Order: sequence, then structure tokens, then C-alpha cells
Amino acid sequence: MSEQTLWMIAVRDSRDRAAFAALFDFFAPRLKHFVMRGGIGSGQAEEVVQEVMLTVWRKAAMFDPERAQVASWIYQIARNRQIDKMRRENRPLPEALAHEPDSEPDAGQVIALEQEAAQLKQALSRLKPEQREMIEKAYLGELTHQQIKHQTGLPLGTIKSRIRLGLDRLRHELKSIREP
Amino acid sequence: MTTITHHIPEPVLAAYAAGSLDHPFALVVATHLSLCDDCRASFEAHEAVGGALLEQITPEALSPALKPGLMQMLDAPFEPEPVFRRAGVYPGPVMEALKGRPPRWKRLGGGVRQTILSAGEAGSARLLYIPAGQAVPDHGHNGMELTLVLQGSFRDETGEFRVGDVEIADDTLEHTPVAGVGADCICLAATDAPLRFSSMIPRLLQPIFRI
Repeated sequence: MSEQTLWMIAVRDSRDRAAFAALFDFFAPRLKHFVMRGGIGSGQAEEVVQEVMLTVWRKAAMFDPERAQVASWIYQIARNRQIDKMRRENRPLPEALAHEPDSEPDAGQVIALEQEAAQLKQALSRLKPEQREMIEKAYLGELTHQQIKHQTGLPLGTIKSRIRLGLDRLRHELKSIREP
Repeated sequence: MTTITHHIPEPVLAAYAAGSLDHPFALVVATHLSLCDDCRASFEAHEAVGGALLEQITPEALSPALKPGLMQMLDAPFEPEPVFRRAGVYPGPVMEALKGRPPRWKRLGGGVRQTILSAGEAGSARLLYIPAGQAVPDHGHNGMELTLVLQGSFRDETGEFRVGDVEIADDTLEHTPVAGVGADCICLAATDAPLRFSSMIPRLLQPIFRI
């Protein structure tokens, strides 16, 4: 299992502060950049980073390494926080899936997921720069399709299809990973 | 659980995952994800994309005080956010929209009832109650409408929709949904524009009922 997964399990199961500090050292500077991309200044971005990392600590019991990578789980917490702040209403979220708190994670399942994520990262790195840029804007920016149009002067249809094109290619890569 | 055959279309799911979907549609997507393992898996793939991008982003220097400040906050007492659990046919996201209370139905005529969950500039979300075998007045749409079945079923010109299924309608679809005869049908419906009805009277009532 990856270092990040082990740290997160230590935070979840033993409230391990050293492990939490290690997660902070990796994720907090990246979260700050992520939050600033949405147009929030440095000072306020750090407040958001603090809230997100505090949520990681407090909701650690919800972390299930069989379903999500640490980075994906933290990404979703940060995205939710951004949306709640921007829209001043709670983002509707799917029901949390029940996971048995006392059960040992299935290492095989966790490692399979980590391998998938590694292949996904490779697939991302093979995208053309313009596709990569569109995907980053969609996932990391605080931007709607409309705002992307405003920024780049591209017609909306083109943008949607570019994002879709990028995702289709990703999905194609993912499909070969996911299908047994 | 019955087999879900009508899923959230990929572009809509992608928009939800990236956070660019307006609240009423996001509610339908979150509710469908609570019922559908396939779409949950696709959503998790999107989360994985977000996670991979987050890992690869250039780190930004932090103020030196941030980390020690946070480490000190770890033991502070806090109020956990309320968790809204599924109640009867209503999944967690719907219960949250209902603020944990049962729906308060308002009559729309012909035995059809509704409960408004949210209404604003971004569109509206509501629950619809259609007695078994009953038709909803023939209507078209000004924008996009997502309808998710929570109980019973309905059928229209495009097919049959059962629990968990989502129908996507846009301004090209003029349809007459009819509830299945087996059970009263309860749906979660979201629109980004008011519905327009083909007959005169419902259209006059539209501003009053906010449908």
C-alpha cells in the first residue's frame, strides 16, 4: 500500500498526529494552489486549506481505501467546500456508503485501486496539452462552461466537446483497466 | 433493488463531479448516485481524475503559522454536521432537501400533488406524486428537466421508467407521462426553466403553483 494510504489509515484508526502532519505536508501546499486557481487570494485560500484539512481529520472515519485514493477523497472534500462557499448552499451529496469500521481493508482491493490510479495518471500525462488544460480547468478551476467561454473566446460547443474528448480518451484508458 | 436502466448521461455526471452543475440537477444526480452502483463507480472515476490532478499540481508555499495552528485545532470540540439518512422511499439527499421532515404535499389537480424542495434562479426541484394509472398533463419544456422515480413507475412516449431511473427531457420533448397501475408514483423532478403546459388552464396556474 502507498505511504499516503497508510498515513490515512493511521489517522483514521489511531488518530495518529505524525501521520496527519505528513498528509498535511504533502496536500496542504497543493490544496492552496487548487483553491487559488478558483480566484481566491492567498490569505483566504489558507483558511480554506485549514478547513479542508480539519475535515480530513474529523471525517477520517469515512475514509475507505477500497473505494477511493487518499488524493481523490481529499479532492472531493475540497471541491465540496469550494462549492458550498461559492453558492452559499450545501452541495447535494450522495449517501455515504456503509463501511465496517472494524474490518481490515482488503489489501488486494486497495492495491488494485492504487494501480488503477497510477495508470490514470499515466493516461493524463499522455493527453494533448490543450485537452489537459481543459480537464484541469473543469476539475481544478472554479469555472463553469460559460466562464471558460468568456476566458478563451471559444464557442461553448467546442469546449464541451473538448472536455468530452479528453474524458472519452481517459475513459478508454480506464475501461481497459476496469474491465476484468 | 430493481434494475436501473435509465442512467445519468455522462456529460451531466461529469458536470456534477467537477462541481459545475446547478443545485436542482445536482440533487437529482446525488439521489441517483445513492441508488445506482454503476453511476457511483463512474462518479468515483471522476473523483480519481480530480485526485490525480490535485497530486500533480504545483505546490504553493504556506505561511509558517498554518501548520502549528491547525495541529492545535485538532482537539477542539466540534459539532458534527447532521447526517440525513434514507427514510422510506426517500434517499439521503432528498431527506436533506426536505430538512429531515416528511413531504408536505400540495394538490395540483387530478390527484397529482407536489412538494417544492427548492426554487430559484438556477431552476427548481420538487417531488411529484401521481396516483397509479393517472396521467400528468401533456407538457413540454423550456429548458432541461431531469425526473427520477422514487416509487412506482411511469411510462411516456420514450419508454418506461422505474425506481432509480432518470428521464432527461429538453425543449424538443412534448410528452404525457402516465403512472404505472401497480402503485402510486413518486418522482423527484428538477428543471432549469418553468414547465409549459399545452392546455390553457394549467398554464394560467403555473405562476401560482410554481411548476
